[in-house]
Amino acid sequence: MTASILIKAATLPDGTTSDVLVRDGAIAELGTVTAKAERTIDADGLRLLPGLVDLHTHLREPGREDAETVLTGSRAAAVGGYTAVLAMANTNPVTDTAEAAERVYDLGRAAGLVDVQPVGAVTKGLAGEELAELGLMARSRARVRVFSDDGKCVHDARVMRRALEYVKAFGGVVSQHSQDPSLAGPTACCHEGELSGRLGLPGWPGVAEEVVVARDVMLARHTGSRVHVAHVSTAGSVEVIRWAKAQGIDVTAEVTPHHLLLTTDLLAGYDPTFKVNPPLRPEEDVRALREALADGTIDAVATDHAPHARHDKEHAFVDAAFGMLGLETALPVVTTVMVEDGLLDWAGVARVMSANPARIAGLDAVHGRPIAVGEPANLTLVDPAAKAVVDRDASVSLSRNNPWHDRLLTGRVVATLLRGTPTVLEGALA
Amino acid sequence: MTRHLLTIDDLTADDIGQIFTTAAEMHDVQNRQVKKLPALRGRTVINLFFEDSTRTRSSFEIAGKWLSADVINLSAKGSSASKGESLRDTVLTVTAMGIDGLVVRHAASGAAEQISRWIDVPVINAGDGTHEHPTQALLDGYTLTRRLGSLEGRHVAIVGDLTHSRVFRSNVKSLTKLGAQVTAVAPPTLMPAGVGAWSKAAGFATAYDLDEVLPQADAVMMLRVQRERMSGGFFPTPREYTVGYGLTRDRLALLKPGTPILHPGPMNRGLEISADAADALDSVVLDQVSAGVAVRMSVLYHLLAGEETQ
Repeated sequence: MTASILIKAATLPDGTTSDVLVRDGAIAELGTVTAKAERTIDADGLRLLPGLVDLHTHLREPGREDAETVLTGSRAAAVGGYTAVLAMANTNPVTDTAEAAERVYDLGRAAGLVDVQPVGAVTKGLAGEELAELGLMARSRARVRVFSDDGKCVHDARVMRRALEYVKAFGGVVSQHSQDPSLAGPTACCHEGELSGRLGLPGWPGVAEEVVVARDVMLARHTGSRVHVAHVSTAGSVEVIRWAKAQGIDVTAEVTPHHLLLTTDLLAGYDPTFKVNPPLRPEEDVRALREALADGTIDAVATDHAPHARHDKEHAFVDAAFGMLGLETALPVVTTVMVEDGLLDWAGVARVMSANPARIAGLDAVHGRPIAVGEPANLTLVDPAAKAVVDRDASVSLSRNNPWHDRLLTGRVVATLLRGTPTVLEGALA
Repeated sequence: MTRHLLTIDDLTADDIGQIFTTAAEMHDVQNRQVKKLPALRGRTVINLFFEDSTRTRSSFEIAGKWLSADVINLSAKGSSASKGESLRDTVLTVTAMGIDGLVVRHAASGAAEQISRWIDVPVINAGDGTHEHPTQALLDGYTLTRRLGSLEGRHVAIVGDLTHSRVFRSNVKSLTKLGAQVTAVAPPTLMPAGVGAWSKAAGFATAYDLDEVLPQADAVMMLRVQRERMSGGFFPTPREYTVGYGLTRDRLALLKPGTPILHPGPMNRGLEISADAADALDSVVLDQVSAGVAVRMSVLYHLLAGEETQ
């Protein structure tokens, strides 16, 4: 922990300008600060946000350390402005025990760049049949609160019902990968529509997501529990969530940066870089997702950062791995599609990328806090006007499956502070 | 002419005409006692088949041999992903042997296009998943042209499992390029996703009622229906399919006299096509097979004869 950092003339999320003195891991002083600090960061024209929180990251360790490790994924997260990430459970072995959760948690603390919070599996081995040891994971040192079989849907209604009921005992939440396997099976890889018909790719219809979202909000109502909808991708799901929230059902939802910008027509050349689950959707869905994020129907942006070794993407399209990188580019994408278009202001960005995800994950004692004296100094400093072309080879991730390569995006993370310690300075790892 | 033949989109109507003209010349070779032409002497063509095929593979093999190319068949089924090797590695390995052309069949849509981005020799798509089978469409168009003359304004009905058919996808493109009016006939469950928007944009028609379409047709192309589609619930029973969409003996009476009947094979006699239709005087099923060799000779000639040897 460095003793003191003075961030000079930063623009806070509410638009006011302030110096921010960070001392001993916390915000010590705001306003015009005259005190000297060991390090000064000139933040004139820059936005200071609470450190970003990602509800949905795949760090691949244990099991696929050739694609990403907790350390390299933490680096990518820090460079992306994150101070906390939730590490999905679909590793090998699966995070379905307290021991497995503590291992990921400890690897995160050892890396020390972001708070790595393990997500626990809902069912043993992600098989969708028997509940994993949810309570033991919750009681473990990792204090697991978010449970997900992500990559697979908890498709059995009875299992989903029991999981929702059970996690109420410790304030947990089930994050659902909504995909009815009988409507979108394992080979489904292209939004079902004109393009999938022309390309001859197995279709992944929006309705396969929507029927599960609809079922789950009714189960949440019935059980009085809390459900989180991972990577919402269709306008129909947005309608269901909007309705459920109006009924007072305890549902939250996330959208990925790629579903906010990239569209299904990118699949026309069969490039597996653009193969992701749920698939990229048409423009109408993208527009609905942006509006839903702006009006609060969708609570959070979550990356679904999914690194893959190069050779796992060099198969025929239907055989290639699902997923794309996201941690380092999430903030520029949100800046480009939401802020530049006037759909969100910076207070809104702080809400959907920090405060809301921290609250959903139960990390809100430490993350997603207001920028105020006495609060933990988990902070992200952003240049809102910087424009840059994404270069996949400049990534600190181990993988290169980057759908943003060669795209011009606005917004750049200048610095990230985790409990007062810089993890990123001048846009690079500190 | 195109460098690769991955999809019918790679060809203009003029290109197709040129392929047909050359194919007609090649067709004559089939009737000679000595069938070899020297056009591709010293060139090596690999038939890289990731999916089982007898007729397409042997058709390409004969076509290459009659052009004096060295043709090697490689069956790569189950040798790639199952052994952990990526498709790219498999293809780079084969190409590194020093070849002049690659004929590829793969169970995955888009495989040929992906492969063409990894290597610098011409790639000919011999069927990629449910996407395209361009040489099949060319041989179908060639067969029809020989039978009907110009296809301008002619009405072709394509009937069957459209959603899983690469033959349909290539044919609808090439036939419309040649000026034909295409009507795609299938039950709703076997229509490709989004076919409404696609047919509107591409200028073909769709229909659920075969009996309404047949009297107007100048040619009928029946597509194979795989029996395993039943387990997917695409239609209730083979019997019901045949009653709705099979070219039965009764339906032959709906056709104008002399309407050619096509089928890319292998035929499911009794399911999508009756024996009466398959063996009818107007059935051109075997003409398609013989045209297949000529058209593939023509395609190999146009894509490879001008290429520098590696």
